[in-house]
Amino acid sequence: MSSAREEILERIRDAMGGSTPSRENDYAAIPRNYVRHGSLDAEAKLELLVDRLHDYGASVFHAGDGEIASSVAAALKARGKSSLLIPRDLPRAWLPDGLQFFREGSNYHEVDASEGVLTDCALAIAMTGSIVLRHSAGEARRALSLIPDYHLCVVFASQVVETVPEGVQQMKTFADIPITTIAGPSATADIEMIRVKGVHGPRTLDVILVA
Amino acid sequence: MRISLFITCYNDTFFPQTGKAVVSVLEELGHSVEFRPAQTCCGQMHYNTGYQQEALPMMRHFLEVFRDAEVICIPSSSCVAMIRDHYPKMAAASGDAAQKLAVKDTLPRIFEFTELLVDHLGVTDVGAFFPHSVALHPSCHSLRSLKLGDRPARLLNSVRGLTLVELEQSEECCGFGGTFAIKNADVSTAMLSDKVRCLLNSGAEICAAVDNSCLMHIGGALSRQRTGMRVLHLAEILASRNKQGAME
Amino acid sequence: MSSYVGDAAKAPKFQTAAKALVQNTQLRHNVKRATGVIRNKRAKVVDEMPDWEQLRDSGHEIKQHVMRHLDFYLEQFETNCKAAGGTVHWARDADEANSIIVGLVKAQQAKEVIKVKTMTSDEVRLNGALENAGITPYETDLADLIVQLGEDKPSHIVVPALHRNRMEIRQIFLDKMNLSELGDQPEDLAAAARNYLREKFLRVPVAISGANFAVADTGSVCVVESEGNGRMCVSLPRVLISLVGIEKIIPSFQDLEVFLQTLPRSATGERMNPYNSIWTGVTPDDGPQEFHVVLLDNGRTKVLADREARETLDCIRCGACLNACPVYRQTGGHAYGSMYGGPIGAILTPQLQSMEHSQTLPYASSLCGACYEVCPVKINIPEILVHLRGKVVERGDAPFEEKMAMKAAAWTLESPEHLEMARKLGRIAQRPFVDKGVISHLPFGLDAWTRTRDLPAMPAESFREWWLKREKETGV
Repeated sequence: MSSAREEILERIRDAMGGSTPSRENDYAAIPRNYVRHGSLDAEAKLELLVDRLHDYGASVFHAGDGEIASSVAAALKARGKSSLLIPRDLPRAWLPDGLQFFREGSNYHEVDASEGVLTDCALAIAMTGSIVLRHSAGEARRALSLIPDYHLCVVFASQVVETVPEGVQQMKTFADIPITTIAGPSATADIEMIRVKGVHGPRTLDVILVA
Repeated sequence: MRISLFITCYNDTFFPQTGKAVVSVLEELGHSVEFRPAQTCCGQMHYNTGYQQEALPMMRHFLEVFRDAEVICIPSSSCVAMIRDHYPKMAAASGDAAQKLAVKDTLPRIFEFTELLVDHLGVTDVGAFFPHSVALHPSCHSLRSLKLGDRPARLLNSVRGLTLVELEQSEECCGFGGTFAIKNADVSTAMLSDKVRCLLNSGAEICAAVDNSCLMHIGGALSRQRTGMRVLHLAEILASRNKQGAME
Repeated sequence: MSSYVGDAAKAPKFQTAAKALVQNTQLRHNVKRATGVIRNKRAKVVDEMPDWEQLRDSGHEIKQHVMRHLDFYLEQFETNCKAAGGTVHWARDADEANSIIVGLVKAQQAKEVIKVKTMTSDEVRLNGALENAGITPYETDLADLIVQLGEDKPSHIVVPALHRNRMEIRQIFLDKMNLSELGDQPEDLAAAARNYLREKFLRVPVAISGANFAVADTGSVCVVESEGNGRMCVSLPRVLISLVGIEKIIPSFQDLEVFLQTLPRSATGERMNPYNSIWTGVTPDDGPQEFHVVLLDNGRTKVLADREARETLDCIRCGACLNACPVYRQTGGHAYGSMYGGPIGAILTPQLQSMEHSQTLPYASSLCGACYEVCPVKINIPEILVHLRGKVVERGDAPFEEKMAMKAAAWTLESPEHLEMARKLGRIAQRPFVDKGVISHLPFGLDAWTRTRDLPAMPAESFREWWLKREKETGV
């Protein structure tokens, strides 16, 4: 509807009436005196992340580099599960024997009937306990980490940043792909302000932290 | 120092004793007070109610009356906020260069009463005696516009015999809000009932503030409900002396 | 072509609505409790941020910058969104937006749509337009679901069903979800909502959302939420339509670093809300294969044109001002007659309607400034309230008695002589009503004050009179 478009743009120009400073200079002049880089060392950063994960009820399994598969097995055992959905390109080395892993390609109802999903992540932000998923073909399409009731996520220590600005800086590099940030299982406080976990997204979130 | 008093229209009319107390405190400290009788009103009521045109002549008059005053003392934080927050904009909008300069020139010489004592005169102990328990209500203009902080409390804490009592949820608006108290009387009363409840919970005998506007509203409910608590402007507390002193 | 805000044009005066609501003790109790909880949570997570004031400053400046170059950023957003496979529509007003959206849904031959929380859709009355076209909209936000099933209206920007307690919600669910039994714990109610909505998420092919932020330099849209229904609606259906007010634009993806910190802390008192979804256009093999953005004006350009009120558009809909407002706390959101209530509603609702309606809203405030203190983008709401009051008066829409009273007051305050004259008259007039220095009753509709408060009688001698007498006596 080009006429609506032109009219709205014209209204905006009329509203501003007169010249405004060069946009680039104007944008550059915006003060940014907030914290843009973290100051914690690697260990403290991980501790902060773990603290925040625990704060919202996620279980954290610590693993060394070659121990991901055994941690996956431990998590599944703890949760009483024996199978998970996985994205197409999830490393085989992460999958323990004796348990079932289904590559994605399922329709929504199959995903809904699954016991849960295992994914990696793009990065994690310690200060807020956020896990950031980048939904490219290599990682999971959005439905996969959304519909199941259980989400097990592998986070490498090297993927952890301290502050939100550092996280957004990285997200910017893949902003053409869908992104989901997760900071806890889904929740609502709409009923008498009492926080209830698990409305629509996965009600249980576990993290394997690989250091 | 020669201190020029802007009494404010409503203090002049309803609370002259506050003005007398200000005069007494300042004179006891050895300063001389002048009162320019041509003064009227800062224009706040009209300005805030949307009658901004009507407030312009009041601003002009105020600037004219206090043109060369050395220091201007105002025992009302809402009036000071009106002048500080809005006169510059009003003058700029009027397009009158002389007005703009007058505002710029006058503003630095204006002090709310506790600002005058603590900041300008460097005094927190004015030698007062007031053996009562007092809860301090921080009016919204004093809290958020003037950011008086702990100045009123420091002054009260230096008063001999006075017990300053904690007030819960002290930063909540009492519900006066100028013409709001009339135009939205139901909500104003609901807000007031919360403030009264907190005041009564404090157990204090007296509710003090730096604004008689809030106190008129709070005191009106304390009186109507026969609560046994009363209100008093901070200046009147500071003007209290023991039997050896000048004023009671 | 005129803009409207839900049914705000027909809403009763604020004072009238407030009078009844203030006497609703259940409501007042619920609202006080709910706002108290969020305020405490907010205070905690804000206090731990040493750079909170700097974040507020930057948020303010970013938004102000966008408003100065809104035409550029809207066009940039459109270009980038289209390049990624999205379609961008422009709607001058509510009716146009509804017509576009209904058309898009009809083109899918869809009879149902699922909706993520978007107040903008309430503003334009989208649900009514859809229903008139034979399309059933399902609200999926728990509170919006409660409001929809309860045939009610939202009362808060972030927690729209805050005026309901669990027993009321339980009854609504029992009645409308056809349940034979239902527990009364919040977990039971949330579980009922999960079951009721899940089958819709997995089946309904068209979703409608709003947007918290639309990023110009990437063409991305960002939805901020807690429950997961947002993720469901923006990533499962075949077709997604996002209705976005033109003021939601931010210049750069990097700018999310400010708002993704200030919004959750202000809105729900969390360091980060559970889910943020960010997407750009269409992604093959993942989510909606058709994505439409409807950019909405509906009076926003009018607000933009008012230099002194322009920063109203900076609002990021966090609701912190509602929680801080001592007026809102006594009445809840329904008193404002609009989905935009509280302090931001008091300035936004009348302006979107060109000040022709909702004129009592700018007066629904004691100007205490608590809202300004908590606003994450530093909108000077008290200043804008006073400015809008000026517009009401300028239009001649102030009540007649008030105009007369203000005129009389202006005359009185013109000179000390007029003041003294008025005082003399006042002292005589008040005599019949004074008892021991107190006036407890005034006649003839002058009793708005004295209905609930005593008034001190005017003393026999004003300060000025005392001073002049003293001057004469002491010769000083």
